[in-house]
Amino acid sequence: MIEFQNVTKVYPNQARAALENVDLTVNKGEFVFLVGPSGSGKSSFLRLILREERPNDGRILVAGNDLARLTNWKVPALRRKIGCVFQDFRLLPSKTVEQNVAFALEVIGKPRRFIRRVVPEVLDLVGLEGKHDRMPDELSGGEQQRVAMARAFVNRPMILLADEPTGNIDPATSIGIMKVLDRINRTGTTVVMATHDAAIVDSMRKRVIELEYGKVVRDQNRGVYGQAY
Amino acid sequence: MRSNFVFQEIWIGLRRNLTMTVALIVVVAISLSLLGTGLLFVKQVESTRTYWQSKVEISVYLCYDASANPSCHGAVTPAQQNQLEATLKAMPQVENVSYVSQAAAFQLFKSTFSNDQAYVSSIKESDMPPSLEIKLANPDADYNVVASAVTGAPGVDSVIDEMTILEKFYRLLDGLKNAVIIVALILGVAAILLVANTIRLSAFNRRRETGIMRLVGASNFYIQLPFLLEGVIAGLLGWVLAAALLVGVKSLLLNNLQQYFSYNVGLSVSDLVEVVVLALLVGVGLCGLTSFLTLRRYLRV
Repeated sequence: MIEFQNVTKVYPNQARAALENVDLTVNKGEFVFLVGPSGSGKSSFLRLILREERPNDGRILVAGNDLARLTNWKVPALRRKIGCVFQDFRLLPSKTVEQNVAFALEVIGKPRRFIRRVVPEVLDLVGLEGKHDRMPDELSGGEQQRVAMARAFVNRPMILLADEPTGNIDPATSIGIMKVLDRINRTGTTVVMATHDAAIVDSMRKRVIELEYGKVVRDQNRGVYGQAY
Repeated sequence: MRSNFVFQEIWIGLRRNLTMTVALIVVVAISLSLLGTGLLFVKQVESTRTYWQSKVEISVYLCYDASANPSCHGAVTPAQQNQLEATLKAMPQVENVSYVSQAAAFQLFKSTFSNDQAYVSSIKESDMPPSLEIKLANPDADYNVVASAVTGAPGVDSVIDEMTILEKFYRLLDGLKNAVIIVALILGVAAILLVANTIRLSAFNRRRETGIMRLVGASNFYIQLPFLLEGVIAGLLGWVLAAALLVGVKSLLLNNLQQYFSYNVGLSVSDLVEVVVLALLVGVGLCGLTSFLTLRRYLRV
């Protein structure tokens, strides 16, 4: 589903590479944790998948597309296959929960009848029953992140990228968020989650890819957050 | 394509920076109406010029008993007069020469100033100069040649060339027209800068929305269209105001000119429509193009 072949990314005016010779494959339906200290290249990894950045060297394949050959006008089509969740939720404060999720479908031109049917379904899936008409600032952090996940998942993407989705949320609430991500993963969606949260990684026992200074230092199935000795 | 979604976004955008939008509409309206006024002026000047040029004549005033000119020695003799007429008629540039006697000149004078009897009664028939009125074949090109041919000839008091009087009048009108168009151009530049700024502000105000749109895979067209239409709609509203102002300029100002002319110099409705349509193209084109170019800088994929 995601394939990095010797990918190197160096930002302009930076001596050190953000990613160096990263070579790995994430299969369809996998759940992958991306761990490592700040500045280790986790965000660059996600941005490269979205083609927000382009590698200096190497090849990236996402959902069957060679990103180097993807023309600019085909980038939106790629991004429709990828859902995104962030640490800071990125909801629109002037829209209700339902409108926030519907927005993602409206802007890609889905018919209104489809939106009206699908949005309540996905809100129920992430556990927001009865809160469809609330404004984001009336919700707790965990609930806001659920809205963001509903928005990311509403178009049934093949891949869900999550950049520290529990970074702003207390540990108890994080468990609920992880349950939603797990549920999304069980529908066959590939999930890549960058995180600093050791407890979550340890409890989930999924594949762990550890980055350090832009290099993959560990790639382990059913791994834990810290180095396993 | 979800048109009501796009319009909703445009409405939000226009409302969020209302002050900028109002400023933009006003500047577009004023620059377009000045441009239009300039163009109406051009048309007005052309329509009067064409009329005048077809009427323009050279008047050769002949010597008469009361002539003040020292080169006149008494009234023109019939021989001198015949000589002059023959000279003029022989010129290819001259279409027609007609003699206006003192009596005829006095009649014309009396009818022209019929509403001022005191003035008319202070002038006697013998005060009026006889003249030769020359109709030119091509007044635009030939009047200098013809005028100089008879200036200073025996029996000629003075040569009045109507073209030189008209030229001064037209220079004034041309200057006025140029001033109006220059101001319109300066305001046009101001309008372009305002459009760019408004769109930039709008893009900044809605960076959250556009960021999400990019992430969920909205096409560039979908992301940019609301901003583009925002500029175009502001241009359109400005044009509506400008069109109203132009109709006002025509019906209040230019139509008033008519009372100073004894013949029809009024602009037709089609002239006005032409100018208003041109203003539409300039206004909407300007706003749309500026929005488009600004967006390319501030909304990248």
